[in-house]
Amino acid sequence: MAVKVMIPTPLRQYAGKQESIQVEGHTVGEALSGLIARYSDLRRHLYNDEGKIRSFVNVYLNDEDIRYLSKEQTPVKENDVLSIVPSIAGGAPSSGAASGSILRCICS
Amino acid sequence: MLKLNVEHLDAIQRHAAADYPAECCGVLLGNHAGEVKRVTEVSPLANLRHDAARAQEIVPLENPERESELNRFLIDPREQLRVEKDARARGLTVLGYYHSHPDHPARPSEYDREHAWPWYSYVIVAVEKGRPRDSRSWVLSEDRSGFQLEQLEVADVLSHAQVGRAGQRSQGQ
Ligand SMILES: [Zn+2]
Repeated sequence: MAVKVMIPTPLRQYAGKQESIQVEGHTVGEALSGLIARYSDLRRHLYNDEGKIRSFVNVYLNDEDIRYLSKEQTPVKENDVLSIVPSIAGGAPSSGAASGSILRCICS
Repeated sequence: MLKLNVEHLDAIQRHAAADYPAECCGVLLGNHAGEVKRVTEVSPLANLRHDAARAQEIVPLENPERESELNRFLIDPREQLRVEKDARARGLTVLGYYHSHPDHPARPSEYDREHAWPWYSYVIVAVEKGRPRDSRSWVLSEDRSGFQLEQLEVADVLSHAQVGRAGQRSQGQ
């Protein structure tokens, strides 16, 4: 099966500067393996040391989060689109760690 | 370098003030050429930390008693996917994201660094007692060890009266 993998801007530098890449595979896992076989620099951004998809990486098959499908075993069909969506999270320093400025009291 | 118009900065600061004391977040859309990113649109996004149960499935908090929507933000990946698709259809790119630091300086936290991606511009707005203060843009360094301050160029495109009003909002310390 040929599927299209959409690469988010922060990772394009590790994927030949491309916005999307065609790969082959029968499952999401196979398609992603095909991707990192070609662009090995992507591996450390997508997988952890145990070879699992990093928790900060969301993978969508068409419009579905693969967490709620069969994860990497989810079968793919010809012309499916896999989107890699980086988790965007952050925040202010936890109270106590603030330098300067006003500390928020979380004690009450 | 991140270039934006005063109206974009104004929209970010108004969002940050409106959501105080919670953290706000949103996306920066536009185009880029080499090192220069030009913002053409900013769009507020919901802080998924309002929905603690779902947020916990995406990026779990280590210490939910001390971490909440007041000092953490998370963008719904489903919403991000929608924004990415919509931007692509209009020839725009996601250049980065903004968020607020209620009662903290406009400097990235350790938590910001741990969750940051390369290339994106991270605009942080400090909000002090409900009032927006500094706005700064940061880019993760190559080795992920920290952030580099990114030059933020704000172009005046408003009328004289509006510029006068926006000018009262300080953008630098
Ligand atoms: Zn932050």
